[in-house]
Amino acid sequence: MERDFTKKKLRLGEQAMESLLFLAALFAIGIVVGIVYVVVSESAKFFAQVPALEFLTSTTWTPLFDNPQYGIAPLLTGTFMATLVALSVAVPLGLLVAIYLSEFAGARTRETIKPTLELLAGVPTVVYGYFALLFVTPLLQGLLRPLGIELPGFNLLSAGIVMGLMIIPYIASLSEDAMRAVPRSMREGSYAMGATRLETAFRVVVPAAVSGVVGAVILGMSRAIGETMIVAVAGGTQVQMVSSPTMQGATVTAFIAQVALGDIAWGTLEYNSIFAAGLALLVLTLFFNFVAFWLQRRYREAY
Amino acid sequence: MTAVDVETVRDITAQPTGLATRKFKDRAFVVWGIVATVIGLGTLVALVLGLMNDALVWPFAPFGESRVSSHFFLSFPSADPAEAGILSAWVGSLLVILTTALFAIPIGILAGIYLEEYAPKNPITSAIEIAVNNLAGVPSILFGLMAVGIFVQFLGNPTRWFSFLPESFRVAGADLFGQSILTAGITLSLLILPVVIVATREAVRGVPQEMRQGALAVGASKWQTTQHHVLPYALPGIVTGVIIGISRALGETAPLIMIGGLTFVAFLPITQPGDAAFQTIGVLDEYGAAVDPMAAESVRIDHDGVVVLPDFSEMPVEAGQTYDLPHGSTVQSVATWGDAVASWSPGHWLGSEFTVMPIQMFNWTSRPQAEFLEIAAAAGLVLLFITLLMNGTAIWLRYRLRKSIKW
Repeated sequence: MERDFTKKKLRLGEQAMESLLFLAALFAIGIVVGIVYVVVSESAKFFAQVPALEFLTSTTWTPLFDNPQYGIAPLLTGTFMATLVALSVAVPLGLLVAIYLSEFAGARTRETIKPTLELLAGVPTVVYGYFALLFVTPLLQGLLRPLGIELPGFNLLSAGIVMGLMIIPYIASLSEDAMRAVPRSMREGSYAMGATRLETAFRVVVPAAVSGVVGAVILGMSRAIGETMIVAVAGGTQVQMVSSPTMQGATVTAFIAQVALGDIAWGTLEYNSIFAAGLALLVLTLFFNFVAFWLQRRYREAY
Repeated sequence: MTAVDVETVRDITAQPTGLATRKFKDRAFVVWGIVATVIGLGTLVALVLGLMNDALVWPFAPFGESRVSSHFFLSFPSADPAEAGILSAWVGSLLVILTTALFAIPIGILAGIYLEEYAPKNPITSAIEIAVNNLAGVPSILFGLMAVGIFVQFLGNPTRWFSFLPESFRVAGADLFGQSILTAGITLSLLILPVVIVATREAVRGVPQEMRQGALAVGASKWQTTQHHVLPYALPGIVTGVIIGISRALGETAPLIMIGGLTFVAFLPITQPGDAAFQTIGVLDEYGAAVDPMAAESVRIDHDGVVVLPDFSEMPVEAGQTYDLPHGSTVQSVATWGDAVASWSPGHWLGSEFTVMPIQMFNWTSRPQAEFLEIAAAAGLVLLFITLLMNGTAIWLRYRLRKSIKW
C-alpha cells in the first residue's frame, strides 16, 4: 500500500511534548499568582482589623503594647536608610569598575576581573551578615570613636556598607555590558576629535549607555531593598524611626524574619502583620523593577 | 555665513591648551578604577581570611586547633560549642538541594525550551515572559511568605485538602508538607526557576538556525530536532545556569526561616523524630525556648543513649524510661548509620523537619558566647567554600564555552 507522505499525521507524542513544555512555562505565572494571592489575602485579614490609613501614616510600630499601633513608616525608614548606605557604596565603586573595565582595561584583564567580581554575588548572604556584624562594625566603631560617634553593636551603617559591597557586581557587570554595547565607531569619532579616553568615557560612552546604567543601579537597589539576612544579623531588631545610619533599626525584611523566628502563632493579628509588611515590600520591588524595565525600553538607543 | 574668528583658527592649529592636565586626569582615573576593583576583590579576600581567622584555621592558629575538623562534620549541634557540629545541617542542606534540583531542573529547562522554540507570539507568552522577568527580582523572603501560606498552612493541614479524598490519603499527603524538606525543596526550586529558565533560553538561542533547518529538512519532527540537535549543543550553557541556581539555593536562608527551618536539629532528617531507630534529641535551649515540638521537660527515652546536661556533664539513659531533664539538656541517641539505613524511606525524609547550613550558621552568629562565633565562622567557611567552588566551576564552564565553540 502506498503511504501518503503529504498528509499531516497527528503525532500524539509531539503534541503531548508541546503541552508539557507549555505547562512548565505556565508554572512561572503560577508562582507569581501564588505569591500575590497569599500576600494579598493574608494582608486583607490584617487590614480588616487595622485601618489602611493608620498603616500608612502612623509612625510607631508597637504590636505588643496595650494600645497597639501598626505604622509601616519605621520599617520603611530602616529599609531606605540601609539601601541609601548600600547605594552610596555600590554606585560610585560599581560605576568606576564598569568604566575602568569597559574603557581602560585590556581584554585579558577584563576577562579575569569580571568573573572574579561575579563570585561576590554568589556569596551566601548570611556569611555577609556575619562579616558585617563581626568585622565591619568593630572596624567602624574604632574609626568613629575618635570623631565622638559611638556606634552601637547593631547598626544600619555596617549592614548597608556590606550590602553595597554585595551589589557591586550587579551594578558593575550590567553597566559594563551596557557600555560595551555602545558601538566602537562612536568612541573612534571621539578619539579622532582629540578627546582622551576619560573624556570619551564620560561625554560619549556613559551618556549613550545611560539607560542601561540607570537600569543596573535600580536593579541593584531593588536587591538591596529585598535583602534580608545581612540586616537581620547586623542591623538590629528594634523597630524605630531611623534618621541616621549609625542608629540600629529593623528593615521590612528583618522584621518579617524576626517574627518568623519567634513563637507567634499563625492567624493572629501579629502574624498577619508580616504579610502586610510583605505586601509593602512586594509593591516596592515590583515598582522599581518596572521602572528599570521601562527606562531600558524608553531610552534604549538603537545603533 | 558668519565670519570665522581668526583667534579660534589659531587655537585649533596650536597645541591644545592643558593637554598635560587632560592626560594626567586620564591616567589618574585608571588609578581610581584599579582602586575600586581592588576594593571589590579585597572584600572577597577579607571574607575568606576573616572567617579562617575566626574559625582558628591554620595559619591563624596552631595546626590542629581548627574548628573545621572531622568532629565538626560528624557531630550534631549541642549546647556545648566545643562539641557542636554541622552533621544535621549538611545532611539537611544536601536533601533540600536534592529536592530543589528534582523540581527546578526539569521544569526550568522545559519552560526555557518552550519560550525559545515553541512559544507563539500571543498575550499568554508575553505574560509568561513578564512573570519570569519579574520573579527574578522578587525578594527571596516573599517566596518564604508564599510557602508559609500554601505549603505549610494549607497543604500541611489535612482538613484543608479536598474532602472527597480518602482520609488516609489526606493525612499522608499533609505529612509530606508542613515544615518539611519537601516544602523547603519546592520553595527553593521556585526561587531559582527564573535563573534556570533564563540560562536555558540563552543557551538555546545560541544554537544556530542551520542546525534546526538541517534536521527539519531530513524529516525530523520539531521535538526530535530540539531533543537531538538543539539540546546537546545548548547543554553546557544550561549546566552553567543550573550550577549557579543550585549554589544560590544552597546559601539561601530567609525563605527557609519563614517556613520554619529549625535552629537546633539533633536528628538526621532521613528518619523522623520518634522513629524506631532514632531518638528525638534536643529538648530546650538554654533560654528555655522549645527547640523541638516534641520536647517536654519530662522526656521518654526511646533508645539507649546519653543526655548532656547544661553543665556539659553526661548522664547515661535507658530505653523505655522517662526522665525529668533540666532546660538546656541534649539527648544523644546511640543509633548508628546502620539504623539510619535500615529505616530509610523517601516518604520519611521528604516529610521530615530539617535544618540547613545557613540557618545553623545564622543561629550560632546570633548567640552571645564567643565560642559559638568560632563555629559560626567554621560553618561559614564551609558554606563559602562550597558556593565559591560551584560558582567558580560555572564561570569556568562559561568561559570555556565562549572559547571553544565557534559556529
